[in-house]
Amino acid sequence: MKAICWEGVNKVSVRDVPEPELVNKQDAILRVRRTVTCGSDLHLLGGYIPFMRSGDVLGHEFLGEVVEVGPAVHERRVGERVVVSSFVACGRCWFCANGLYASCDNGSTNPAITEKLWGFAPGGCYGYSHALGGFAGSHAEYVRVPYADHGAFPVPDEVSDERALFASDSAPTGWMGADLGGVKSGDVVAVWGAGAVGQMAARAAILLGAARVISIDRFDYRLEMTTKHIGSETINYERDDVDAELLERSGGRGPDVCIEAVGMEAHGPAPDHLSDKIKQQLRLETDRPHAVRQAIYNCRKGGTVFVLGVFAGVVDKFPLGAAMNKGLTIRSAQQHGQRYIPMLLDRMARGDLVTEHLATHELPLQEGPRGYEMFKEKLDGCVRSVFLPNG
Amino acid sequence: MMAGAAVATVGGAVVGGLAARRLLDARRQGTRSLLQPGRDGQPRWHVVTVYRPMDQLSQLPEPLTELGADVETRLRPAPDDRGTEIAARPRGAEQIHGEDPHRAVRGALRRAKQLVETGEVLQPNRPATTRRTVLNRPLEYATRHGREEGRI
Repeated sequence: MKAICWEGVNKVSVRDVPEPELVNKQDAILRVRRTVTCGSDLHLLGGYIPFMRSGDVLGHEFLGEVVEVGPAVHERRVGERVVVSSFVACGRCWFCANGLYASCDNGSTNPAITEKLWGFAPGGCYGYSHALGGFAGSHAEYVRVPYADHGAFPVPDEVSDERALFASDSAPTGWMGADLGGVKSGDVVAVWGAGAVGQMAARAAILLGAARVISIDRFDYRLEMTTKHIGSETINYERDDVDAELLERSGGRGPDVCIEAVGMEAHGPAPDHLSDKIKQQLRLETDRPHAVRQAIYNCRKGGTVFVLGVFAGVVDKFPLGAAMNKGLTIRSAQQHGQRYIPMLLDRMARGDLVTEHLATHELPLQEGPRGYEMFKEKLDGCVRSVFLPNG
Repeated sequence: MMAGAAVATVGGAVVGGLAARRLLDARRQGTRSLLQPGRDGQPRWHVVTVYRPMDQLSQLPEPLTELGADVETRLRPAPDDRGTEIAARPRGAEQIHGEDPHRAVRGALRRAKQLVETGEVLQPNRPATTRRTVLNRPLEYATRHGREEGRI
């Protein structure tokens, strides 16, 4: 079958690879209907998460049709249209039982790697390096889904493929930032990043009752999209002073909840961005945390900063003094998709949550390299490149 | 642009190699304290908590019983609703089933936990799509031992 594979730093190709097989009794095989690029893939492409091997299939946000199930799969059926959480989780360990699915104890086949890096191992993730389980990704005609009863969710008939696709990762990730960030009625919420996850976080904050939601980015086309489809206010940080704007728009208090949806390759106008870029290239720090610093600085006293963006290693000049002296709560997580996907599909069915606009480019799988180039370089107004592996 | 890509390529390879090397050295570095004797001078216990009440564990899971008398085991309830703590440590054999005793214990504990909680041990994709290169061999080694090393 055809698949989009990681070949090396900044090298992606479409190759013939073996079709996946049922390996565990709780596996399912999906025929992939739609699969989409994610900003966190760019960290893999750029070599910032150095646990990829040549030939690894990329992709972790997808939807498909069940074509085969293992003998211990009881809930899913052949022929069902399902959306799959990007994180592989067993659904039965203590972490899953407590809604912390991305921290699943049984979702990775290589837990020693991340235990060494981070102290403990999170769950696995499709197409996201051997540090997160080494599972083949979804940019392929078929994909293996472990723990299918716990990670694959039937899509209601009234929700289109185009909309449901983003229930796999972007929507639950964004929702989690607002939910676990504690957004409540009357809050002022600032969201760094107006990509798909940032837009979903902003929409979640609105639906959870925030009085004002302010999205921050440098691309006007993304900010205009956010205003039109999500309904939040915007700041272009290349034109406007973020600190001053947030202070003015929050009555001098600062945002109650600051959601960072940018990750380890953040840009920013301040001198620390240049310093971060040099240090990252020289591997003196692994991640560029500009947006996190700005979120901590601007958050109100006693407020919450939620880090949704993907980080892999260590950062420099982390403003711990500001966080401590202002009494901030700092939370973060990989996405607990299984916790939110059924609710999000219901909201999609009701029209509360729309996502189709995020798929700015739809391409056949064979155009994977071009799709990633447009996505990475933000060409032609690209927000997300969606691949259709089976036409 | 090209220079940046070259730096990224070399940097990625170097970091990847170093990270994998660190994993290869796990027994000598990061997990050293887990391999040295505990306060009582005996081998330190390796411990996992399984999310099952102790009264539902009628017998030790098979991966641990397979290690036989070379391994000492201990079960006790975890606080509140957290399940059961299963601890194991080598009794002093230089090898267990031809393997480093700590690796054998760690691998067995991980498999035991998964069997109790999910009914099977999660396996990597087969057939794999990955191609072997000189640069990714250390990572291949690390993933092959991904359940025997680490901090358990």
